[in-house]
Amino acid sequence: MNIIEILKEPWPWYVSGPLIGLTVPILLIIGNKSFGISSSLRHICAMCIPANISFFKYDWKKESWNLFFVLGIFLGGVIATYLLSNPNPVVITPELSAQLATYGITDHSGLVPKDLFSWESLFTLRGFIMIVVGGFLVGFGTRYAGGCTSGHAIMGISNLQWPSLVATICFMIGGFIMANLILPYILSL
Amino acid sequence: MNNLENKNSDTEGINGSQIKDTGFSNLKYLVVGIAFGIVFVKAEIISWYRIQEMFQLQSFFMYGVIGSAVMVGIISVWLIKKFDIKTIQGEKIEIQPKTFSKGQIYGGLLFGFGWAITGACPGPLFAQIGTGVTVIAVTLLSAILGTWFYGFIKDKLPH
Repeated sequence: MNIIEILKEPWPWYVSGPLIGLTVPILLIIGNKSFGISSSLRHICAMCIPANISFFKYDWKKESWNLFFVLGIFLGGVIATYLLSNPNPVVITPELSAQLATYGITDHSGLVPKDLFSWESLFTLRGFIMIVVGGFLVGFGTRYAGGCTSGHAIMGISNLQWPSLVATICFMIGGFIMANLILPYILSL
Repeated sequence: MNNLENKNSDTEGINGSQIKDTGFSNLKYLVVGIAFGIVFVKAEIISWYRIQEMFQLQSFFMYGVIGSAVMVGIISVWLIKKFDIKTIQGEKIEIQPKTFSKGQIYGGLLFGFGWAITGACPGPLFAQIGTGVTVIAVTLLSAILGTWFYGFIKDKLPH
């Protein structure tokens, strides 16, 4: 098996986790930047629709590194898909597969289920909640919390900041409640 | 007061440097972003399925990813402080402390809801669009709108 074929396989956690962790020192060392991604959404607001709101009145150009970073993440997604794409369908646990089948979600050919995240689905109630309401909660919640998985769970905890640990625990509690108690109702819509 | 701080000590992702970035020096971050995006896709961290398996305790995978990322981060920051490592421009490395606000609880729970629904935090949204799931652009727009709405009603929310 050559190197490209190895790279095309899904990468194990003990490779990808440390690589993600290394982003913290790399960004600090190449330009004194604190790792954090959801702030890019705030900069987009500050750039496009500041509407005289004090929260969006700052020099977004000084933070534009963050926009280059997320543009890079997008391009990384393009490159990984077109050059290093795994030819096999995504492997999922049999429990999850059986569960999803009861909601009619059976197409597992992509990294996200096509039955939920597609343009056709957007115009159904279920799809609207998954795509639009979910996105709104991500944008609103991360900013209210002052950070996301990268800004709090990785950067904040790396710097031993206890408020980031509180935020991370709340992210997880919210996720557990939604995935186990509420999402089953949304998926049955 | 630093550039981003706005009474709620939200300094996530802040540029701690005093040196002005130019379009060219910003290309470094584009390159790091590309590498990061490739890891996101290849480790399937951006997969909705991995996030469901995490929240339903069906798989160790995401715990391994986040746990090992945090361990590497903690060790790196400790080494940077211990040896007073400077940036490549020779600046002292500045990391803003996080101050507690109730927003970390309320906002954290709301983000957790959104994370379990969309299977994505903000970073993976950008990568998912890159993989060709174009409808996620709507999720991203909605997240931008959510961020804007937070800015709009911020002063009325408990912090």
